[in-house]
Amino acid sequence: MAYSDKVLDHYENPRNVGKLDDDDASVGTGMVGAPACGDVMRLQIKVDDNGVIEDAKFKTYGCGSAIASSSLLTEWVKGRSLDEATEIKNKDIADELGLPPVKIHCSVLAEDAIKAAIADVKSKRSNEKASA
Amino acid sequence: MQYPIYLDYSSTTPVDPRVSEKMVECLTLEGNFGNPASRSHLLGWKAEEAVETARRQVADLINCDPREVVWTSGATEADNLALKGVAHFYSKKGKHIITSKIEHKAVLDSCRQLEREGFEVTYLDPDKNGLTTPSAVADAIREDTILVSLMHVNNEIGVINDIEAIGQLTREKGVLFHVDAAQSTGKIDIDLEKMQVDLMSMTAHKTYGPKGIGALYVRRKPRVRIEPQIHGGGHERGMRSGTLPTHQIVGMGEAYRIAKEEMQDESTRILALRNRLLDGFSDMEEVYVNGDIDHRIAGNLNISFNFVEGESLMMALRDLAVSSGSACTSASLEPSYVLRAIGLNDELAHSSLRMTIGRFTTAEEVDHAIGKIHEAVAKLRELSPLWDMYKDGVDLDQVQWAAH
Repeated sequence: MAYSDKVLDHYENPRNVGKLDDDDASVGTGMVGAPACGDVMRLQIKVDDNGVIEDAKFKTYGCGSAIASSSLLTEWVKGRSLDEATEIKNKDIADELGLPPVKIHCSVLAEDAIKAAIADVKSKRSNEKASA
Repeated sequence: MQYPIYLDYSSTTPVDPRVSEKMVECLTLEGNFGNPASRSHLLGWKAEEAVETARRQVADLINCDPREVVWTSGATEADNLALKGVAHFYSKKGKHIITSKIEHKAVLDSCRQLEREGFEVTYLDPDKNGLTTPSAVADAIREDTILVSLMHVNNEIGVINDIEAIGQLTREKGVLFHVDAAQSTGKIDIDLEKMQVDLMSMTAHKTYGPKGIGALYVRRKPRVRIEPQIHGGGHERGMRSGTLPTHQIVGMGEAYRIAKEEMQDESTRILALRNRLLDGFSDMEEVYVNGDIDHRIAGNLNISFNFVEGESLMMALRDLAVSSGSACTSASLEPSYVLRAIGLNDELAHSSLRMTIGRFTTAEEVDHAIGKIHEAVAKLRELSPLWDMYKDGVDLDQVQWAAH
């Protein structure tokens, strides 16, 4: 299968690979996918006091398109507010990377990952407020 | 070194130059271009002679009578002819067929077709090493069983079934035995005097011959009957009509002649390279060989690098021509049915790589492949959340994954 140049670039030079401290209340983690399906994404965001994503990290087990989708997503969400990040749709990712139809599920997974990370950090914050 | 390094000999092999030389002699006006079925002139006789020489060469490799060799377009056609041919001829005797879950699709899909026609098929589970045991076959044979069809060597994991023992059993029970030998000819000994096999599929292109030619062995004593599947001029004793492609047949004959002559030395050399390859991964964690390592052809290594997904691994190995059991590399989104059938979990099936070594593989190429694979696995594990979790001592089987 031929990969687009953008997929190859993200695969060769993945951006923002790594791990943030999950115990930090300002960090949200989204872990989606399943090993049985051949892809697992872990996307983490660190949100500042104004609700802006100041850092994002990922690790992905999966095909090149899955790696590229999550790598691209970390680039996009940095500097955005949580509300803005929620607006990112899988189609945007698929279009940007030129994913073929059989790889659309990789971009869907990336959208699920950011949604899960946002939900996680929001719930952590409300828990914090509740206990404060 | 020539890139990509070819480590996919079980998929196909390059034609040996000695073979292609013989083939081109059978194409042009100056060459042996006649129709082997032409009885009225010298050109037909000469072509027929070349075809019969090739038939003998094929028969010599598997130790049978040349009259038991029927030319086909390849092993897929031979499998179709054997299964459907036997089923249609013997359907009054019974309608039950036995095969295994890890056969080639040419056998499995022929079985599916026969099921649609009213036959009943039992698909045996191989053991965890990928072998179908004689006792599993014995347990499945019924009053109405007419045929057992099993592969000699599995295409993905290279394991070797005990054909001699199974043949003894089927003969005792009066059941016909078909063997798909596409992956075994020229790699291990096949002696049809000793093996009580009734039909056997072969192909040229996995034994350094051309694509598009194969053969079905059909036993004469005791006589096996098949219903033809392609009708026409009555070639090949009526079992398979169609003008014989002299150049293809001559190519297969020469390829099998070379195989017979060089097989012993070649296997020794290839086994040493395979062991070198396997040793190259001995310092890595979480690496698993799939299928029995002892009952296996020399050239096959099927190995899983846990926590790394096969397609992304192959992406990093662009100067190696290898294949993967990962779902993403095939049109279906299911990981290899062979690896699943021998009990691999999905992760390991997705993480598998098949490397097959052959006649033209060098030690230098093997060393280069080892280096590349080390680099790629290290890079992808660094990217893998599963590797992180494994390193943190998380039991991945206990995690509740959301399947999608």
